[in-house]
Amino acid sequence: MSTPAKTRVVGASVPRKEGVDKLMGRACYVDDIEREGMWHGATVRSGIPRGLIRSITFDRRIDWSEFAIVTAADIPGENCIQLIVADQPCVADGKVNHCEEAILLLAHPDKHKLREAVSAVQIEYEPLPAIFTIEESERQDVIVWGADNLLKSFLLEKGDIDSAWAGAAHIVEGEYRTGAQEHLYIENQGMIAEYSAKSGVTVWGSLQCPYYVFKALRPVFDLPEDKIRVIQTETGGAFGGKEDYPSIIACHAALLAMKSGHPVKMVYDRMEDLAATTKRHPSRVRHRTALDRDGKLLAMEIDLATDGGAYATLSSTVLSRATLHSTGPYLCPNIRARATSWATNYIPYGAFRGFGAPQAIFAMERHMDEIAAALAIDPVELRRRNFLHVGDNNATEQQMREPVILDQLLDRALKESDYHARRAQFARDNPASAIKRGLGIAAFYHGSGFTGSGEVYLNSQAGIDLTPEGKVRVLASNTEFGQGTNTVLTQVAAEALGIDYAAVSMASPDTGIVPNSGPTVASRTSMVVGRIIERAASQLLALLREHAGLGSTYTQRDFFAACQRYRASHGEVVSLCRYEAPPGIVWDDQKYHGEAYGASAWAVYVAQVAVDTVTYSAEVEDFWAVQEVGRVIHPVMAAGQVEGGIAQGIGYALYEKVVWQDGRMANNQMTNYIMPTAQDVPPIHVYFEQIPFRYGGFGAKGIGELPHDGPAPAILNAIRDATGVAFNAIPLLPEDLYAGLVATEEMAPR
Amino acid sequence: MSKGERATRSEQCPAITFNVNGEIRIVNVPPMKRLLDVLREDLHLTGTKEGCGEGECGSCSVRMNGELVNSCLVPVLQAEGAEIQTVEGLALHGDLHPLQKAFLEHGGAQCGICTPGMLMAAAQLLDQNPHPGIVQIREALAGNLCRCTGFIRIFESVAEATKLANAHLATESTSGQLRDARREVPHAR
Repeated sequence: MSTPAKTRVVGASVPRKEGVDKLMGRACYVDDIEREGMWHGATVRSGIPRGLIRSITFDRRIDWSEFAIVTAADIPGENCIQLIVADQPCVADGKVNHCEEAILLLAHPDKHKLREAVSAVQIEYEPLPAIFTIEESERQDVIVWGADNLLKSFLLEKGDIDSAWAGAAHIVEGEYRTGAQEHLYIENQGMIAEYSAKSGVTVWGSLQCPYYVFKALRPVFDLPEDKIRVIQTETGGAFGGKEDYPSIIACHAALLAMKSGHPVKMVYDRMEDLAATTKRHPSRVRHRTALDRDGKLLAMEIDLATDGGAYATLSSTVLSRATLHSTGPYLCPNIRARATSWATNYIPYGAFRGFGAPQAIFAMERHMDEIAAALAIDPVELRRRNFLHVGDNNATEQQMREPVILDQLLDRALKESDYHARRAQFARDNPASAIKRGLGIAAFYHGSGFTGSGEVYLNSQAGIDLTPEGKVRVLASNTEFGQGTNTVLTQVAAEALGIDYAAVSMASPDTGIVPNSGPTVASRTSMVVGRIIERAASQLLALLREHAGLGSTYTQRDFFAACQRYRASHGEVVSLCRYEAPPGIVWDDQKYHGEAYGASAWAVYVAQVAVDTVTYSAEVEDFWAVQEVGRVIHPVMAAGQVEGGIAQGIGYALYEKVVWQDGRMANNQMTNYIMPTAQDVPPIHVYFEQIPFRYGGFGAKGIGELPHDGPAPAILNAIRDATGVAFNAIPLLPEDLYAGLVATEEMAPR
Repeated sequence: MSKGERATRSEQCPAITFNVNGEIRIVNVPPMKRLLDVLREDLHLTGTKEGCGEGECGSCSVRMNGELVNSCLVPVLQAEGAEIQTVEGLALHGDLHPLQKAFLEHGGAQCGICTPGMLMAAAQLLDQNPHPGIVQIREALAGNLCRCTGFIRIFESVAEATKLANAHLATESTSGQLRDARREVPHAR
């Protein structure tokens, strides 16, 4: 393995760029901001899953002249939230397709008057039949979207699967399900909007992707680009939940600002945020797998289906990533993966850390343990026999040219967790104990950056400039929402420019200031945008050497003096670069063939779980996470990403259940949607093997999503190890454990 | 709610006096207005955050008369005469509190929205137990939800802060006088 090049700033755990402001309570989140003459906005929602709007009545108890009221008729441009498919209205116009659809928008100077006003709007509907499961949508008895309810489908094929079954020594089948999951960022969604005929629309808000909001506002207001400005405020967690939904709130707040003539703040309360905003796609994955006598994979047939909710939003791209992660980190000559996403009458499901991969990996890694059981092979050994290695072709026949060190990751995970000794101990202790302990493993990868030709299509631009005050500033539209964008991108710039970390700042994430360096999603910031910043820094140094006399060795003072000379002779000091694809990236979107990802992060996770056979609770007692994410730019933040992702993964597996009632989220409170607390997280041991990726920012690959992929299958595999019972659906709550364990006891011979 | 709110800032509202971060503050607001809203809207102390509005997430945690409270559950009338500390009152003369230093160094804050409440819960713990073990730290922070960190680095930060400066904490603490003035207020979990 190569050793990372010696660096000063990269690889050091420097203080978080905006850390002091956050710790002093000075950081400005959207709800901390007031604008002169500001009003407050609220949304009147449908409340029924599907139907035609027959009438809208305003209760006379309310003095409606005090309110600004927006309906679909007030939209100056297109009534549509632009994303991938133009199917989602900004404000419902005549019909509704889920319970939280916006029908009217209200604004008033006093936010406390809004709740009563919202409930004083009566809407009568002609209800239409609604559907709530993948199976109902597949049956197509009721069509709720397009011609056939099918939001998107993919077919991935390798080899000749049909002829592979005959020669198999074993065929193992299984079906695996995952539920919806709520992001539960602690800061609810919110926006402030201003409108004037002269300057157009300006919004400030809690969001991941300023240019997504920008692109959504333009058609709704039918305004040119220079009349739209989007500014991210400090954002209190996102996890994908603030990728697409902020476009809706921004449009709503801006429409109210236009109608009222005042700045309008719309901040959801927790119940509204939980009920109305996106969640992780529920999934159903069926595996049929052929193996030879030695447990080597011969064929994998996968049928992967997701529930997309009422509108297309990001379901196609989530499905794409699910498809491309559905075969796991294994070599298999014959593959057919058929993936479909189906419309239902729930709120649209959206992006959530992992973006389809956690669902696909849950199924694959749970299935591997069922294969191991069927073949009576140790789960560790089964994985080892089938791992991808350098030179192998994966499911899309992408040849593994970058290092793949799964064996090494597995060895480290086994060693750090003392896997074999612990399992032996549990095997001795469990029979006499009401608490059954087990260990479970998951091996997986996560593709970094946009899929296939996505990064080329994004054509991201980012760079560095010198402010009028003479400060070096990173220009990027990538946003900070806890994961460390500000710190990592300024580290990269400081390292590449040869100046101090403290001498570099981040430009405000404001579309009026920063170029479009793409969305802050897909574990792409450090790797893709970091690399652009690194190149922009080299380009700036070359300029200063050529035109401003910067020497081959220089101090920070020399650097800034050269910047000033350049400014005096050439004007603005700015260096921008665009994305350049690594060589040899060829992707066929039609055949789903080629290099789906320029790089992947790889991991092996081990969970230790205790199942209490008296209370039927399952507790994760210890957790080991070994990963290769390229060069680690900031060790403390990288470990923090892994630990936070694992905690969310534990919630996904054991706690977090969205309860639906007639299409509405019934447990839309923190009281009854349960996430892991300080009392629930186990010790988490994090290990990095570092192999710098030459096309990532200082060798970085993606890290943010990877840690959410592995915990759920590792935990359910540990429960199988502890109890001998295969649980194939998450979330696995005590009542589910009870049902499964009791059913197994009843079936067992006495 | 709207009935009470109509009286906002009118002379009908009784003056409520309390001490926030060492300063006497007088507000004329409806007595049932949430302490959280009084801090944020009337006193412009926006460091205290709202996460759920029902006492589950702990983002709005402040210290009141030596107790940790969820300020979203405290009607401001209960704060009459109280001593209140918010995150803005944690740093002394511009110097970061040992907890703030430790959170900065050990990755205890990511998105930062739970951080003010988490710091207040941790400050409350260290005030009562200058040498907490991991069990006490987990218990003390169990009412404060963090969705970013998985808590591991918060535990480390708190443990590190105890090492950093117990002396600093002892001199800064106002616990003695606050405990004497303890009154019945909703407890943070």
